[in-house]
Amino acid sequence: MKLELRGITKRFGPLVANDHIDLVVEPGEVHALLGENGAGKSTLMNVLFGLYKADEGEIVVDDEPVAFKGPGDALAAGIGMVHQHFMLVPVFTVAENVMLGHEPTRGGGLLDLDAARRTVRELSDRFGFGLDPDAVVEDLPVGVQQRVEIVKALVRDARVLILDEPTAVLTPQETDELIAIMRELKAQGTSIVFITHKLREVKAVADVITVIRRGAVVGSASPDAAETELAAMMVGRAVSLGVDKAPAEPGEETFQVEHLTVRDANGIAVVDDVSFSVARGEILAVAGVQGNGQTELSEAVVGLVPATGSIRLEGRELVGLSPHEILDAGVGFVPEDRTVDGLVLDFTVAENLVLDLHDRKPFARGVALDLGAIRKNARERIEEYDIRTQGPAQEVGRLSGGNQQKVVVARELSRPLKVFVASQPTRGVDVGSIEFLHKRIVAERDNGTPVVIVSTELDEVAALADRIAVMYRGKIVGIVPADTPRAVLGLMMAGAGAEEAREQATETELDQLADEHTHETGAQQ
Amino acid sequence: MLGLLALVLFGLLPAGGRETTFGLSTSSDFVHLGPVTVPSKASAVVLSVLALLAAAYAGWCVSRARRVGRWVTIVFAVLWVLAFLTWAVAGKSTSLVSLLAGSLFLAVPLAFGALGGLIGERAGVVNIAIEGQLLTGAFGAAVFASIVSNAYLGLVAAPVAGLVIGALLALFTVKYHVNQIIVGVVLNVFAVGLTSFLYSSVLKENAATLNSPPRLPTLPIPVLGDIPVIGPVLFRQTLLVYLLYVAIVVGAIALFRTRWGLRVRAVGEYPAAADTVGIDVNRTRWGNVLLGSMVAGLGGAFFTVGSVGAFSQEMTAGKGYIALAAMILGRWSPWGALGAALLFGFSDKLQQVLGVLGTAIPNQFMLMLPYVVTIFAVAGLVGRVRGPAADGVPYVKE
Ligand SMILES: Nc1ncnc2c1ncn2[C@@H]1O[C@H](COP(=O)(O)OP(=O)(O)OP(=O)(O)O)[C@@H](O)[C@H]1O
Ligand SMILES: [Mg+2]
Repeated sequence: MKLELRGITKRFGPLVANDHIDLVVEPGEVHALLGENGAGKSTLMNVLFGLYKADEGEIVVDDEPVAFKGPGDALAAGIGMVHQHFMLVPVFTVAENVMLGHEPTRGGGLLDLDAARRTVRELSDRFGFGLDPDAVVEDLPVGVQQRVEIVKALVRDARVLILDEPTAVLTPQETDELIAIMRELKAQGTSIVFITHKLREVKAVADVITVIRRGAVVGSASPDAAETELAAMMVGRAVSLGVDKAPAEPGEETFQVEHLTVRDANGIAVVDDVSFSVARGEILAVAGVQGNGQTELSEAVVGLVPATGSIRLEGRELVGLSPHEILDAGVGFVPEDRTVDGLVLDFTVAENLVLDLHDRKPFARGVALDLGAIRKNARERIEEYDIRTQGPAQEVGRLSGGNQQKVVVARELSRPLKVFVASQPTRGVDVGSIEFLHKRIVAERDNGTPVVIVSTELDEVAALADRIAVMYRGKIVGIVPADTPRAVLGLMMAGAGAEEAREQATETELDQLADEHTHETGAQQ
Repeated sequence: MLGLLALVLFGLLPAGGRETTFGLSTSSDFVHLGPVTVPSKASAVVLSVLALLAAAYAGWCVSRARRVGRWVTIVFAVLWVLAFLTWAVAGKSTSLVSLLAGSLFLAVPLAFGALGGLIGERAGVVNIAIEGQLLTGAFGAAVFASIVSNAYLGLVAAPVAGLVIGALLALFTVKYHVNQIIVGVVLNVFAVGLTSFLYSSVLKENAATLNSPPRLPTLPIPVLGDIPVIGPVLFRQTLLVYLLYVAIVVGAIALFRTRWGLRVRAVGEYPAAADTVGIDVNRTRWGNVLLGSMVAGLGGAFFTVGSVGAFSQEMTAGKGYIALAAMILGRWSPWGALGAALLFGFSDKLQQVLGVLGTAIPNQFMLMLPYVVTIFAVAGLVGRVRGPAADGVPYVKE
């Protein structure tokens, strides 16, 4: 199916989110959309999917102009979409979410749940997603929710598939699987619009790249272009993709976790007797495949889930305190799912920037809020973190995904901290802003704050970590130095101990080198 | 739990001397059961001790960080009520059958109202206007049944009358995104004003033609109606009560087992998600508000053709709000709503029975009973309930 957007313009009040955008997606083509946070990529896709009404322009499907009154029409025309902000009903099961809108029935409108379960299992097996059809979505970690969202789109056999940052919370292995799926779909003639901030993925799968900046198309690029070139095109300036940081100067170990155990509702230990400590001026990265207890570990630190064992910060015990007390004790926390735990979407940017600070100086005067100070703080943070918003008074829910993430990180880093714990701190953030956030986190370290970063993104782990703790099935299988080869980390993430992994890695190293070599030459051809 | 424990002691201590008699059957029963007479003090003590045991078991579960099964709460409540009854009726006699049948009878408008409310709220529209729908339903049923002198046709007019209020609610909240609570309250006031005006200006003068409806006859169901205790309670009722059974069963299946129900719940939880899979959010909401208001309107028929016959001003007396409490207590599920409505109906009936018997409790306190039960039930028994996430939030598209 050939899809054409002609002169699409979408305004939100005074803001022009899409400014006369033209885009052609040929049948069987993977079309990558690149652009910084707030460039207007999601808005454009929502227009295409019928969620937003364009102010100007038209959508042409197979040379016929179409008018979508809503997503129902777009679905009927064979367009499917994976949404950046998951469109999953939290209290429904995976199977219920996947079947919603085209439910299998057994006559009389009675749902056929068994059929839905079977469909989920089939697709999930085919793509190696390992989904449980009866799991309730709100209990799942974001990475798993992302897989559900993908399955939900795939199950409809769309002829044009829009993927809006599907890989933001996937592990490298899952991303590879998704890329394989995309290739398979492409071979069957499905056109794909693919949005991501990870240039490696774009280079791996895209046929055409269109770059958008500030609502307008600034050009297209070939997937052969160097990553730095693509990054520069997106942001409009040169971006350094690595972080240059001085070696850590670890001080006193002020953050200690001992025998920490977290049990889920069924009494299974999802964090299983974990101990580690982090020194001032040091970054410990926690790596691992999603769902191995990292989420719960970070949540236990701030008291969001009940835990046993001990977490001490400068000698003070945190286990048993309320989240409020823990934050007051000087813990900065970036949760993995910003929309659930990190932000109040209906509050303004300014309010969200002082969510956990509103009751103290300089933002409070007695029982009243000092609105002037709050606004001033917002302006400074917006400037510092380059948050693209119409102003401090805009509702956070209306910011683009990456900009919402920046709000959370900006808030947490804007007060004096004794430890900084962040889950996927740069989820959905563009390359230019990742550069900035990474610098900012390293600066916090150099200030003498112990930092714990939970990330499934090995690039991020490599960029930030001074030491790496690898988690597998709730246990830390080893804590290794930052320069540990990826092959070793990969094996550890599959459960091997550090020593064992190193041995195995040396054995397979030669094969791997050979592999990589063929891969590279393959890419050059 | 501990608070309730103290209440058990209250039930236990001042149990007065003699004996309590429970009538178990009515005179017309096929199988006749003799009344049961029990020594009131002893049985009150025994029942209280059993209730205490249930409470202790629950406490033990909590201390072991285990979940307390709902059945424990229910067993506790039943035992406690029985103990209380034995104590209160000590030295006199009461008919258990008429107590239970009366409870069901009084629960009818509450159950219909709660069901109507939850049909709307499951789709994300708060329906505070249940009170108004009950009232217009009562009015419509009375007038129409009088005109055609047929009580059954009153049951047809009631939902239509409720529908009028529902349509206004949907128009303002779904179409124009006005705050749902405000519209609901305004509509209640409107319903009171409209029916009172029509009552005093039209019905009063023409009471014989417009406001003297026939009442729904009791329709005993053969065989089922002859089962001891249960039969007379459940199966010697009017058509309206049988319609309630049907509505609850159909409602429960429709909401949780059908395509329609899944879509409705998706709209109430996360309308944007429903929209992205091609479900028309606002059309679903329209449909549900209208359906819910018809169900509530039908419940309104209870007040006139279902019980006393003629319509009188503001005769629903806040039952619509108690129905909303029943909806919440029943966790937005039809069976839960029925259970909660029965609880409120029971406390209401108990108040009447004990008032007639003239027990030691002051009359004013007895009149408060249904409302006290409502407050305790909503605050205590429910705990943390979670309604539909998008309840009350209009869906606006960019
Ligand atoms: N519903 C809305 N109301 C007002 N402004 C909006 C709304 N949705 C998006 N915007 C604004 O439109 C601009 C483009 O947002 P969009 O979500 O399309 O960005 P994006 O390119 O997808 O960014 P990201 O990479 O961070 O996801 C942003 O400045 C955003 O604040
Ligand atoms: Mg986006």
